[in-house]
Amino acid sequence: MSTQPDLLYSEEEDALRAAVRDLLADRCDPAGVIARVESDTPHDIPLWKALTEGMGLAGLLVPEELDGQGATHREVAVVLEELGRAVAPVPYLTSAVVATEALLECGADDLLSRLASGTTIGALAVSLSVPAGSAYSVVRFEDGGLHGELTGIADASVADVLLVPADDGGLYAVEAAAATVTPQVSLDLTRPVAKVVLDGAPGHLLGDAEPAVRRALRAGAGLLASEQLGLAEWTLTETVRYLKERKQFNRPVGGFQALKHRLAQLWLEVVNLRAAARNAADALANGADAEVAVAVAQAYAAPVAVHAAEEALQLHGGIGMTWEHPVHLYLKRAKADSIAYGTAGAHREALAELVDLRAP
Amino acid sequence: MTDAAELTRLTRELLAAHPPADTDRLDFLKARFDAGLAWVHYPEGLGGLGAPRALQVVVDAELQAAGAPDNDPRRIGIGLGMAAPTILGFGTEEQKRKFLRPLWVGEEVWCQLFSEPGAGSDLAALGTRAVRSEGGDWIVNGQKVWTSSAHLARWAILIARTDPDLPKHKGITYFLCDMTDPGVEVRPLRQVTGEAEFNEVFLTDVRIPDAHRLGEVGDGWRVAQTTLNNERVAIGGMRIPREGGMIGPVAETWRERPELRTHDLHQRLLKLWVEAEVARLTGERTRQQLVAGQPGPEGSGLKLSFARLNQEISGLEVELLGEEGLLYEDWTMRRPELVDFVGRDAGYRYLRSKGNSIEGGTSEVLLNIVAERVLGLPSEPRTDKDVAWKDLAR
Repeated sequence: MSTQPDLLYSEEEDALRAAVRDLLADRCDPAGVIARVESDTPHDIPLWKALTEGMGLAGLLVPEELDGQGATHREVAVVLEELGRAVAPVPYLTSAVVATEALLECGADDLLSRLASGTTIGALAVSLSVPAGSAYSVVRFEDGGLHGELTGIADASVADVLLVPADDGGLYAVEAAAATVTPQVSLDLTRPVAKVVLDGAPGHLLGDAEPAVRRALRAGAGLLASEQLGLAEWTLTETVRYLKERKQFNRPVGGFQALKHRLAQLWLEVVNLRAAARNAADALANGADAEVAVAVAQAYAAPVAVHAAEEALQLHGGIGMTWEHPVHLYLKRAKADSIAYGTAGAHREALAELVDLRAP
Repeated sequence: MTDAAELTRLTRELLAAHPPADTDRLDFLKARFDAGLAWVHYPEGLGGLGAPRALQVVVDAELQAAGAPDNDPRRIGIGLGMAAPTILGFGTEEQKRKFLRPLWVGEEVWCQLFSEPGAGSDLAALGTRAVRSEGGDWIVNGQKVWTSSAHLARWAILIARTDPDLPKHKGITYFLCDMTDPGVEVRPLRQVTGEAEFNEVFLTDVRIPDAHRLGEVGDGWRVAQTTLNNERVAIGGMRIPREGGMIGPVAETWRERPELRTHDLHQRLLKLWVEAEVARLTGERTRQQLVAGQPGPEGSGLKLSFARLNQEISGLEVELLGEEGLLYEDWTMRRPELVDFVGRDAGYRYLRSKGNSIEGGTSEVLLNIVAERVLGLPSEPRTDKDVAWKDLAR
């Protein structure tokens, strides 16, 4: 049994899910998210405080002696499923997973404690589109300061500290106040990206960038699959609910076989995605087979999440095309997620090496 | 309650009393059945000990390590997977004692006489008639089709119409049919693969004693649901290693023969490899749910996924082989004992997998079932409800 992944949810994980879902039901309804993302402050900081200071969720991956919860990627995955289901505009994946993993690799204890408490938000200053193991942009380290420009940095506009890779091979912590962070107009309104410009900003050397970035991006990709699962589940559930109510030709639209088959097909994909996402979370938690598990999950998850959101829009008909209906938030998140931490194609290429199915 | 330690002790006792090296295969299997170690979740006296189903692995591992013979479950799959649970659920004590032991040891092979030329996905439309004679026996007339193993079978599970005046689901009765009866004629049905793996079965004045009726008269549809549900459960129960399915031979060919590789095939292979791995994980998750006593609806999707994957993967494999893909191993008409994808060539796999989306319920019907029973979408409008079978359009 020991070599088999545990693909189920434990009772504790179910309890955690229920708590997060309750909070999100109260504090993060679709209409509220639509209103917020059009404002100057698209991130929901009060919700972030409730999740972190209230529930301690930012420290799940951080050991207890560093003021974290000492939990694993399995619990984080459950939180991300719920955040994906709500397209919650909080920097959880970027700060509590990606930045945290980079700091864990560097052994940056003080900063880890700050991130674990949620009072400090961290962002890895690597473009959201980069998969683990690929090249990423770096800034110049010169005369004790950092110089350069980085783009596509997710949630940077709300970060307190940026983790910046430099051309000397080091990863530096830079206080956001010392950088110029300019929001870019983003496809995904709920996880916007920003441009970071450093003009001699002081940085605190954390350690080697390469292993830290690799570990951070691998965990980001693997756990993103759980967010995509939650997103896909919401779109499927909402579409099924709508098609049971909506009548055309004197029948509920959901009774037409052409549509039933499309929804059943989507359900199959979501069921498969759950197994793949659980497998990735379990593998990240246990260290065994994680490279393959993450690549499989990401190669599978992104097309499913996009398909689910696209089907939801189409099957909602005209209402699905409107700004007031939240399906567009999900479509934009799903499409951006299909690029985040590497496209499905990039992960398939990684697999080709990992499982010895090499290109011609 | 029988626990794992007790099962280990009993299995070692069996091995000590019947050393596999010096015991005839059938004798060993009979002794195993009588010790209650055949299927431990079955009742005592019927091959089991009333133990949790999950503990079977304890017995199997112990026996495998000792080199004990097994009952070749693949060869007797219909008996084990379909006939046995139905007999256990609905049979009389006499029927259970008569049929389960020879079924499990494989002395008696079973087949399933359900589908008919006019009743496939719409199984309840079946027209094979069973009429009660004055002596109490049933006289059966009709034609069945797609019957695997009919040419090897000693017994069949059979559903037949006993009251054509009732709506189609209500006038059906379930029987156990003796395939050696002179009224039973089995004709091979040659398929796209060139082989005759299935059969047509013609039933002409076949006499079935009332003692071989399973369940009440007219209750056959409900009994058949047990059979069909068990057929679906059996698919989800297996644990497959990575590349354990149809993707295995293709991946091996890719590794061993770089001269066949093209960029287009590479993209398609990687995509299918991922889908096969994910389907395998879903199967594993479904299995873990069953073991944990939390069965979910996920199992009903597995057959759909594997049918599509098998077809796409085997199609890719033929193309990968290039000029070799133009060839086929053998068109000679044969009657194989079991479906075996491994050890056959790519052309066979391609052709045989076309049946995966038809046998055991077409994919279109299964998608309807998922949509209605899992997602709760409205059912298709029905024109056959509350209409006597004899009045239905055919």
